[in-house]
Amino acid sequence: MFYIFCPYCDERREEEEFHPSGQAHITRPADPENCSDEEWGDYLFFRDNPRGIHHELWVHRLGCRKFFNITRDTTTYEILETYPMGERPTVTAERAGVRQEQGVQTADGGWQTVGARPENSKLNEETPS
Amino acid sequence: MSEARSENSASNVAVFDTHPSDAIDAESPLHWSRQRGVIDAAAGEGQVTVVERPFLGHLILRGGAIVLDEAVRETLGVSLPGQPLGLNHDADGSRSVQWLSPDEWLVIVPAGEEFELENRLRAQLGDAHFAIVNASGGQTLLELSGEHAREVLMKSVTYDVHSHGLPVGKGVGTVFAKTSVNLRRPREDRFELVVRRSFADYCVRWLLDAGREYGLSVE
Amino acid sequence: MSQHNRLNQGGRIDRSRSLSFTFNGQRYQGFAGDTLASALLANGVDIVNRSFKYSRPRGIIAAGADEPSAIMQLGASEAAQVPNVRATQQALYDGLVARSTNGWPSVQRDVMSWVGRLGGHLMPPGFYYKTFMAPASMWMTYEKWIRKGAGLGRSPAASDPDIYDHLNQHCDVLVIGAGPAGLGAALSAARAGARVILCDEQEEMGGSLLDSRESLDDAPAADWVAKAVAELDAMESVTLLPRTTANGYHDHNFVTLHERRTEHLADTAAGAGREGEVRSRLHRVRAEQVVLASGAHERPLVYANNDVPGNMVAGAVSTYIRRYGVVPGQKLVLTTNNDHAYRAALDWQEAGRDVVAVVDSRANPDGELVQQARDSGIRVITGSAVMEGKGNQRVSGARVVAIDTPRFVVTGSIEELDCDTIASSGGYSPVVHLASHTGKRPQWRDDLLGFVPGEVKGMHYAGGVQGIYALDESLADGARAGAEAARAGGFEAAGAMTLPAAASRRESATEALYQVPHEKTSLRAPKQFVDFQNDVTAAAIELATREGFESIEHVKRYTALGFGTDQGKLGNINGMAIAARCLHRSIPEVGTTVFRPNYTPVTFGAIVGRHCRELFDPERYTALHQWHVENGAEFEDVGQWKRPWYFPQKRRADGQERLETMHEAVARECLAVRQGVGILDASTLGKIDIQGPDAREFLGRVYTNKWAKLAPGRVRYGVMCKDDGMVMDDGTTSCLGDNHFLMTTTTGGAASVLEWLELWHQTEWPELQVYFNSVTDHWATITVTGPEARKLFSEVTDIDLDREQFKFMDWREGRVAGVPARVFRISFTGELAFEINVQANYALHVWKTLFAHGEKYDLTPYGTETMHVLRAEKGLIIAGQDTDGSVTPEDLGMHWAVGYDKPFAWIGKRALNRPDTAREDRKQLVGLKPKDPKVVLEEGAQIVLDPDQAIPMTMMGHVTSSYYSPVLESGFALAVLKGGRKRMGETVYLPMSNGTTHEAEVVSTIFVDPKGERQNV
Repeated sequence: MFYIFCPYCDERREEEEFHPSGQAHITRPADPENCSDEEWGDYLFFRDNPRGIHHELWVHRLGCRKFFNITRDTTTYEILETYPMGERPTVTAERAGVRQEQGVQTADGGWQTVGARPENSKLNEETPS
Repeated sequence: MSEARSENSASNVAVFDTHPSDAIDAESPLHWSRQRGVIDAAAGEGQVTVVERPFLGHLILRGGAIVLDEAVRETLGVSLPGQPLGLNHDADGSRSVQWLSPDEWLVIVPAGEEFELENRLRAQLGDAHFAIVNASGGQTLLELSGEHAREVLMKSVTYDVHSHGLPVGKGVGTVFAKTSVNLRRPREDRFELVVRRSFADYCVRWLLDAGREYGLSVE
Repeated sequence: MSQHNRLNQGGRIDRSRSLSFTFNGQRYQGFAGDTLASALLANGVDIVNRSFKYSRPRGIIAAGADEPSAIMQLGASEAAQVPNVRATQQALYDGLVARSTNGWPSVQRDVMSWVGRLGGHLMPPGFYYKTFMAPASMWMTYEKWIRKGAGLGRSPAASDPDIYDHLNQHCDVLVIGAGPAGLGAALSAARAGARVILCDEQEEMGGSLLDSRESLDDAPAADWVAKAVAELDAMESVTLLPRTTANGYHDHNFVTLHERRTEHLADTAAGAGREGEVRSRLHRVRAEQVVLASGAHERPLVYANNDVPGNMVAGAVSTYIRRYGVVPGQKLVLTTNNDHAYRAALDWQEAGRDVVAVVDSRANPDGELVQQARDSGIRVITGSAVMEGKGNQRVSGARVVAIDTPRFVVTGSIEELDCDTIASSGGYSPVVHLASHTGKRPQWRDDLLGFVPGEVKGMHYAGGVQGIYALDESLADGARAGAEAARAGGFEAAGAMTLPAAASRRESATEALYQVPHEKTSLRAPKQFVDFQNDVTAAAIELATREGFESIEHVKRYTALGFGTDQGKLGNINGMAIAARCLHRSIPEVGTTVFRPNYTPVTFGAIVGRHCRELFDPERYTALHQWHVENGAEFEDVGQWKRPWYFPQKRRADGQERLETMHEAVARECLAVRQGVGILDASTLGKIDIQGPDAREFLGRVYTNKWAKLAPGRVRYGVMCKDDGMVMDDGTTSCLGDNHFLMTTTTGGAASVLEWLELWHQTEWPELQVYFNSVTDHWATITVTGPEARKLFSEVTDIDLDREQFKFMDWREGRVAGVPARVFRISFTGELAFEINVQANYALHVWKTLFAHGEKYDLTPYGTETMHVLRAEKGLIIAGQDTDGSVTPEDLGMHWAVGYDKPFAWIGKRALNRPDTAREDRKQLVGLKPKDPKVVLEEGAQIVLDPDQAIPMTMMGHVTSSYYSPVLESGFALAVLKGGRKRMGETVYLPMSNGTTHEAEVVSTIFVDPKGERQNV
């Protein structure tokens, strides 16, 4: 049961008031018509699943109805920060220096699970975000 | 059919007076609960009292705070709560403005004032980007007071209803049993619940149950 | 039977209030202040249960939550049955009825003895997996009998008469445990001004102070407890919760407390004279800071026959003597590896009974308490331990031997001591359970010989839970933790807290002894129990390590160590120590154990609270609900809404009056709409008010079709996709003004569509000037539909209903029954229809007025079932029924509603060009007409092309909607079928589970009025 700071209501509220909406900072390609099928599929279906720091989009469904972002450690469930739409996180895996240890290879672009890499690495290239 | 016709302002938005000119029976959201005895059945000793304030005018204002503040003060004589979760009242306490989100406020005024208020606000606001939505038929206001009102709320909402969490002049949208309410603290000895019409019966049945040990009564 | 183990004085019981109770059918007496366990011991009841696997007799071992054996089934009536209650935690009340959980049919003589006697080598660890798993089909049968024999308690077969509830609490500091450390913490936090909740699982606050030999401020420690509790009680900012177990620690300092409010008085609230009151309450506490002062559990030593009744942990012996005035035997042998346990021998002696010897594993113990025992004339045997207990139904002696602890061997000859009680102490295990509930691993401390909690954000530890056992230190540590917690919550104490004066005692170090070596190997020695509740022996753990289980987590699962309601409170550390010894590793190398909620069992009632029966889930009512009820509607649940399903009428047949069946009512309602006029309460449809200069642009992006030219006064149907191109919702949207629209959604989609619009506006297109607000509850919606609709409606409205003035897909303002209304000419039936929106408070008046005028047209109310039949006859989909998240607008044959040439890449557009969504063999919506008109196909039935194909058959699609049509006088269905649109006229087959196969023809989705003329009149 999380206790989540809503950056708009400016106080912490019970998790039951909120709803998670998946990974944060997934930007819709600016020109969908000219995306390759791979690029479009990546935007639609591929998400990170890191062990450690993760940025998530949540909505204060029963409160102010606003969307905002959470930086959360998926191993401790600690919420490290919440920030409104349009802002960037101040706590990131790179900055926390843990991304490599967590088995998350950022060099290959958004590819998460070591050992389960598919043949076509293009499929897993990070979408511009 | 004059009142029924929209008074089309320059804003290209259809305003609409929902009230008939003739005396026509209206039913509050708790009408059915009364009819079938849910409410009458609770003749308690009154350590906690719930009173419905039906048929009030409820308007949702959307827009920028600075723009709306001026218009609301001009037309209503109440300033827009600047801080999140703020709740302001006019001098006699019958008109209120509540912060709902950074671009959303709830205005509650005495029954039947809402249409005229909407028109005056629209005139004041002119070409600004804003929205006004009449929600009067969709919600009702319950006042909760009495010695054990706080305990009844503790059984009902997850929010901290102690004065530390919910002081006078604050209102929050929060979880109530398995639905949600807008919970307000207009005075030290009173809480208000703004409940959606379709959930009103459930909310009142929940309150009656939670308040049974304190002899809760509903008017 | 008399209470022959009861002392004449002492203890916190009221000898003037005698209470009568029964255990396994036998009547006994106890006193107010007793627990069920202390009363049983006072009466000399040795055997309270049979063991789980070997069916050995078991007695009471401990005095609190750590008791593994005295597990009871409580309740005098069937409805009041409660399983798995620890006798040590149940306050005695008059009329209490208890039974052993294990030991069917009797604890004294048991039919399961064949298992027990054959036991030993025939029941190694993994026995159940190895023996009863084959044949697999018999497992259910085996399990039933094993469970009945072993006993795991049973749930009541009758409805619980009691009520339970939840209370949401918030505080600055939650203190868990009201022993010396917890009281110290609560006092210092409360004095600093923090809002404090103090909870303790026992009947009284005070913890170990209630049976302490120590004094505080030169008075009995319990006197100080009374003063401290009184001070806390008087403070407005403090909530005291005795008889309340902190059962679960969840993320971000959310703690669930289980408060038992009437369980100590009777087995039902009514039985306690508190009819209608809450039996137990779950406090859902969100604490800024938590102080965990849960203390420690004493570990027994592991030696042969250590489970025979009369074997107890040393601290429990002291507790029974000092708190309950009960000495659970005549002649005591104490075996220990530490000083603290000497208290049991001193208490025993002071109670006037024999202490045969204290057997201390250490070579030269010389602490204050050791000296005190020697000075009192107690024989202290050093460098030795009890190797084996004697006796079957009760301890009859102890075999003592000198041991070499590090080498794990016996070194001397065996001395047999005559005794009836063996108290043992192997040191203390901090109660770290709550601190590990969120997954934090406890840390081993060699100096303490125990695990202490890992660091948890917002949690502070005080006293025994972090290995601080001396009274003076524990009090001080509590005060420190309380002040720290208060400070972290923003409250600063005025100054240091004055603590009561307590003696500081010099102790000699505890020795690391867990299992006592035996002259025989573990496998040949009599059983040495580690986990009493699950009958796990030292030999079993040894065997497990030999079979290759190296992690304690695997050993646990293989042997069942730490399972059940016990959760390893007494046995876990001993088990780990034995595994470590066998594997030649240290304890932390073997692993640590984390615990899960709940700490002790919680009744389902407390978990459910008031969310049951009529309050189980919200029931949402429309403004017309009263009319529906008064007119006999049957209701259907649509989300949380109660919607009229159909309106059965009375019918006379064969001289008897009866209600129509659903089939009859729906047929009548359908025909009324097709031939006359019907009326529907459509208020549950989602309604969203959209305002702003960019409202039109926004609609163009979220709907698949075009909105640029929709004029005020007009209405359009729209389909909404997700960005994967799959249909998400549909509905009509009306242009109220150039910058003002009213969107409708499906009933179920109301909240999710609004959130969807907000998502896109807030995260992708914040530059668009538009606002969305729900007006679902504000408007009541009444649909009047059928060929006679215009005639009826014209009687109650001032709107010009001329078909040229008010066309299909127009909306108009006016009055209906004197009430201002917006009226929409849209149709979900295929007939002429007017959908009326009025402010919900006036809906009943409008509805009744329509009926007043409708009598001459035989105005017929209809429900959701008829609505479904009528819309399906027209091939109109219901999003969520005919679609399932894998259906595109093209699949539905709605290419007319897809604006491929719209300038913006609207949601779903790109995906509709993906190769997969452009396939021609996708499942497409078709109509199905059963060859036999009497057949109504099952919704969900699979479609095949070859009815004779062997299973698994090639599945080509399935039925999504299916009804009987009174107009067609036939069943008909909508279905999705691979390449369906090219299969018009083909015959398909629907094999049913009963072996029959239906035949159907693939037809158009529109069964009635294919040209759409009827709605356009």
